[in-house]
Amino acid sequence: MLKRIFVYPYILWMFLFIAAPLLIVLWFAITDTGADGQTVFTFYHVARFFRPAFAGEPFFQRLYIVVLTRSIWIAVLTTMVCFVLGYPLAYALAKFFGHRSILLFLFLVPLWMNFLLRTYAWMTILEQNGVLNALLSLVGLPTIDILFTDTAVVLGMVYNFLPFMVFPIYSVLKDMDNSVIEAAQDLGANRVQVFFRVVLPMSVPGIISGLTMVFMPSVTSFIIPNLLGGGQFILVGNLIEQQFMRVGDWHFGSAMSAILIALILLMMGFIKLIDRQPRNKDGPAEGVLY
Amino acid sequence: MNHFIDLVGVTKTFGRKTVLSNINLYIDRNEFVTLLGPSGCGKTTTLRIIGGFEKPTAGALLFNGEDAISLPPNKRKVNTVFQKYALFPNMNVFDNIAFGLRLKKTDAKTIAEKVDAMLALVNLAGFQKRTIQSLSGGQQQRVAIARAVVNDPEVLLLDEPLGALDLKLRLEMQVELKNIQKELGITFVYVTHDQGEALSMSDTVVVMDAGQIQQIGKPEDIYNEPKNAFVAKFIGESNILEGIMHSDYHVEFAQVGFACIDKGFGPGEAVDVVVRPEDVAITPLEEGTLRGKVRHITFKGVHYEMRVEANGFAWKVHNTVQFPVGTEVGLSIAPHLIHVMKKSGEPGC
Repeated sequence: MLKRIFVYPYILWMFLFIAAPLLIVLWFAITDTGADGQTVFTFYHVARFFRPAFAGEPFFQRLYIVVLTRSIWIAVLTTMVCFVLGYPLAYALAKFFGHRSILLFLFLVPLWMNFLLRTYAWMTILEQNGVLNALLSLVGLPTIDILFTDTAVVLGMVYNFLPFMVFPIYSVLKDMDNSVIEAAQDLGANRVQVFFRVVLPMSVPGIISGLTMVFMPSVTSFIIPNLLGGGQFILVGNLIEQQFMRVGDWHFGSAMSAILIALILLMMGFIKLIDRQPRNKDGPAEGVLY
Repeated sequence: MNHFIDLVGVTKTFGRKTVLSNINLYIDRNEFVTLLGPSGCGKTTTLRIIGGFEKPTAGALLFNGEDAISLPPNKRKVNTVFQKYALFPNMNVFDNIAFGLRLKKTDAKTIAEKVDAMLALVNLAGFQKRTIQSLSGGQQQRVAIARAVVNDPEVLLLDEPLGALDLKLRLEMQVELKNIQKELGITFVYVTHDQGEALSMSDTVVVMDAGQIQQIGKPEDIYNEPKNAFVAKFIGESNILEGIMHSDYHVEFAQVGFACIDKGFGPGEAVDVVVRPEDVAITPLEEGTLRGKVRHITFKGVHYEMRVEANGFAWKVHNTVQFPVGTEVGLSIAPHLIHVMKKSGEPGC
């Protein structure tokens, strides 16, 4: 068929810019340059990630594991904060401003600004003599010093990734058939019951994509922790960046990337499993078919 | 004595648009009432007011003589079968039907019994675990009915429930719905734009147009004695002519005087005259009150539908005998089959 021809450029694109780089990363992760300059297969760099610094070091105190768990924790925290803030926001947007796109538009505008600029802006807000502290001292409150802390990193991530939580949930809620909500009321559900038994379960697909779309950039981010976290290699993204840009150890950097990718895939698979469970319960077709 | 449901002077406006104006209607217990009318006539809005999804702009809604407007939908002993079924897509058939019972904290055993009984009633026994997505339109329709009926409502509201089904299934479901209504003895308020559906199922038909009730009556009365040209046109086929009432029992239309059984109009009053196609008799040429020529003929199964041109009017005539195109025939109409009605102010409607 002629139409298939139009698919090939995309396949080529996907191979060149998605599949090939991934394969290269994987290649570097499981190889090393031998003493005689030859490439040898080895799991040395993958194992290095889990190796204790000294004999008998507990697993969760090993440097890279600490950084990894810390990254995951910060990403989970960011995702949770985004959900708690984002769901009500998406609900309000869909329910009360469904026809007035101006609010949605206002919400979109910051996204057009450069990501780096937005993050730099947070630095000037949070720094010791920044906007936040100026405001605080203006109303007579003690100033706080949160730049270069976890709080600042989470704040920056929530600010940057919140739209990724809001939009999928918003679009699911906006397209929800109002008669289903009326049916629930009709069957005796009050507002709270309508929300928890119908609206929330029906928005699960939006929630799932919101969670993934926030969690993924959060767990791999290195610019935000670099700028707002003070540039120490506090998250796994920074660790990887350092290996490539400063240390120059592509093999170890790739190994870490591969481990992170594997971990994310595992988590996504897990989420998919939860998402699919309630809907796959349809047993074998019993009864008369019309 | 109070009526079961009473709508008194109900008016509803959306912005500047009046959707219902001064609706007065009462519904008795165990009655099958159909709101019939073209789309946009206000029938669905009337139903939504009874269901609690809309508040009337003016007027009163009474259940057993008590004000019901302030009751939210979840506090009314009314359940609704929605136009597009509105089943919960995230639940299976059992959970959909059990939804209302669970909210009432019914115990699990009773729920299972009731759901099973309901599924048997709607001919879906064994479908408990099926997903909504795996059901056909007709099956979803049955689940929607079961989900509403399982709560023992005093009134069941049905908003064009058969609109999305094909003709054969629709006819089957009409019979089933009527049986369910008789079996359970609940009041049905049924909204449709299908006159056949309305005539075959209802105890009472309420014909609506442009936000107003045009006629309320038994199906036979609506068909045989339409109150105005709109009702006559909307229910069944008809010949609608402009006429003049010369005196009691004497009307002139199509330039001929006819004997009729209507009285009480002013002398010389302009009226609408409605004659059903099956009531126009074809006679030998010389015996007819009117003489005309067959212009067109279509076979309709039981009868032939003919267009007979006589005195400047193309008469719609139904007859089991066919008269070929070009035949000259006489037409006559018995006095009791001539329906004279006050001008509705919308000729050609």
